[in-house]
Amino acid sequence: MNLRRLATSLIAPAIGLGVSLAATAVILISIGANVTVIFSSMWNYGTSPRAMTLMLNLATVYFLSALAVSIGFKMNLFNIGVNGQYILGSLAAAVVASNLQLPKAISITVTILTAMFVGAAWAGIAAWLKVARGVSEVISTIMLNFIAVGIISYLIVRTSIGTETSVNIRGTKFIPESGMLRGNAFIDPDTKVYGFLIISIFVGVGYWFLLNRTRFGFDLRATGKSASAARTSGVQSTRMIVTTMLLSGAVAGLVGLPYLLGQTGSYNLQFPTEWGFIGIAIALLGRNNPVGIAIGAIFVAFLDVSSGQLVLEGVPREISTIMQGLIVIVVVISYEVVRRNQVKSEQRSVARALAKQEVSA
Amino acid sequence: MLSITRTITSNGDLTSTVTIAQALVFASPIALAGLAGIWAERAGVINIGLEGMMILGTFGAGWAGWQWGAWAGVLAGIIFGAIGGLLLAVAAVTFGVDQIIAGTAINLLALGTTKFLAILLFTNAPGGGQAQSPPIKGKIPVFTLDSIVEPLTALHEKGIFFVSDLAGLVAGLFYNMSLLTIITLLLFIMTSYLLWKTAFGLRLRSAGENPWAADSLGVKVVQYKYAAVVFSGMLAGLGGAYLSIASTIYRNGNTAGRGYIGLATMIFGDWRPGGTAAGAIMFGYIDTLRLIDTGNQNVKGLILLGAIILFTIGAWMLRSSRRNTAIGFLLLGAVMIGAYFSATSFPPEVAQVAPYITTLLVLATASQNLRPPAADGVPYRKGEDH
Repeated sequence: MNLRRLATSLIAPAIGLGVSLAATAVILISIGANVTVIFSSMWNYGTSPRAMTLMLNLATVYFLSALAVSIGFKMNLFNIGVNGQYILGSLAAAVVASNLQLPKAISITVTILTAMFVGAAWAGIAAWLKVARGVSEVISTIMLNFIAVGIISYLIVRTSIGTETSVNIRGTKFIPESGMLRGNAFIDPDTKVYGFLIISIFVGVGYWFLLNRTRFGFDLRATGKSASAARTSGVQSTRMIVTTMLLSGAVAGLVGLPYLLGQTGSYNLQFPTEWGFIGIAIALLGRNNPVGIAIGAIFVAFLDVSSGQLVLEGVPREISTIMQGLIVIVVVISYEVVRRNQVKSEQRSVARALAKQEVSA
Repeated sequence: MLSITRTITSNGDLTSTVTIAQALVFASPIALAGLAGIWAERAGVINIGLEGMMILGTFGAGWAGWQWGAWAGVLAGIIFGAIGGLLLAVAAVTFGVDQIIAGTAINLLALGTTKFLAILLFTNAPGGGQAQSPPIKGKIPVFTLDSIVEPLTALHEKGIFFVSDLAGLVAGLFYNMSLLTIITLLLFIMTSYLLWKTAFGLRLRSAGENPWAADSLGVKVVQYKYAAVVFSGMLAGLGGAYLSIASTIYRNGNTAGRGYIGLATMIFGDWRPGGTAAGAIMFGYIDTLRLIDTGNQNVKGLILLGAIILFTIGAWMLRSSRRNTAIGFLLLGAVMIGAYFSATSFPPEVAQVAPYITTLLVLATASQNLRPPAADGVPYRKGEDH
């Protein structure tokens, strides 16, 4: 039975990936590109040591983003606000870390806590609006994303938080080396794997533990499966919503840190702001399971990194965004189709068993 | 209220002809997105993909408009938007997947596809670039009724309380009025009529309120949902085309989240055309004041205006005995008045985030009174009970 469940949970992503690869191939053919050349060039570059390093680094970011989204998903909450939560969290972390002169371990702990706190606080607004005022978190987090962008541009452009970090780029002061987590160049001698990779693995394990081995996790999953049943058994739904949103926001606050502490050391106006949306795609792909999310994150990061190579073949790298969009839509559709078939086959087997009983009786 | 603010700040921009005319230009695409949202959600399909459909519309308009003129651009924008709508309908109606996820996927897909195609189609085009199309050929007719605008503008410049403000407002309606804006207005009127006064509209809305009951009465729910969502895509596409034509080119990121803002206007317009249009005009007005802000005074005026509005609502609520909310409003109004008098000017970022904060405020205070369609977002399958 377990094997069968595993197979059915793998078949949908497999179909999704297959169909979206096929659709991508059709797009590539229709613009006159040679599909075999392109896929093999993506594969060749993507498996080079440098690309593998870049892929792991990006996957670390995507993994955290998808974890943040999936905590909400487990309870049918849509945290579309990961973007806003992580950019504010990263900015706060950058400001705090750049003013610290402490031993590495302490400095990094403080930085991480700052980012988590700010991310959680920003998500907390949406949580409060939902439980106290009945505002859908989908809309409020979208609005909060825009507000976060405005706040950041104000702080960096018009206050002393921002300085000219390089020519014509304003950002926060650079974090001293003691506060950075640059990582280790163990795959490619010239590119480092972010040190935050290890921390994000811990976050993943913590996520698994919290959801599957604690009372809170049980309540959370129960509320997600059936809010009314959970309420009847004594779960306080408003408290669950607030805690879940805060947790999701706290993890979201971490999303920018691998890059901030491993690469830039400063939050500037060119800091990527769209890593939250990709988290939604990956959370779906990984079915809210930490291992699934990790695989999904690596896969999407592979697409992103290796598609950078395509410019040489005359194909815009945006093909990877198209692929991601296709994957999401095809994967959710195939989940639904697989689920319906499953229900149908279960109904049939029940009907068959009942029919037999009737005959024997 | 506008005239009080204008008089106190002695800032003529707040009600000038140009401001009003420009506000309508900014408001129209948002209004179209909001209207698109009404169509989809009245039939029970949440459309987060509005942003993506708008992006498709901006691209279609840039691509066709550059080659065959502005009207071809409008048509292509509508068609591209409809493709986005069709995709949502297939995913959400036929397959019954989560509508918010489907919409998010469409946004991602639209963003990737348009950027991808822009590089392929516009890079080597004359006047185009990797991220923008060549200029759109030809124009959509724009009307100015000089016989009305000139005397009223003159009257506006005299700065008489209320009279001049009204003159500016009215003159703005007849100054550089684009045919597309008029079409937008007609679409709103048509929607109010079609959805609320005809049998077709009743059936469509029944698909969003209680599709199971509608089905039992013989309404072809799936067909109505398809029609509504595809038309929603067309409207969003038109909104996108409007944006491209207003800026004469397609540019990556030209929508800047207007699809989401459209969604917000729809919500605080209570899923109805009138309120949605009002919301869109407010957004357009704030946007305009921010962009034509020369002496950093417009934002200041906006803050005062906001405070006055808050006080009015607060006072009204105090009378209707909703004390807690009323006190919240009055406090917020007081904070804004304080800010108004303590600062000489405000950074444009305040106006940048003002629409979103306003949306949150409106939702926070009014969401109990809003009434979305009962089966909004609920997947429907014929023959299956809920």
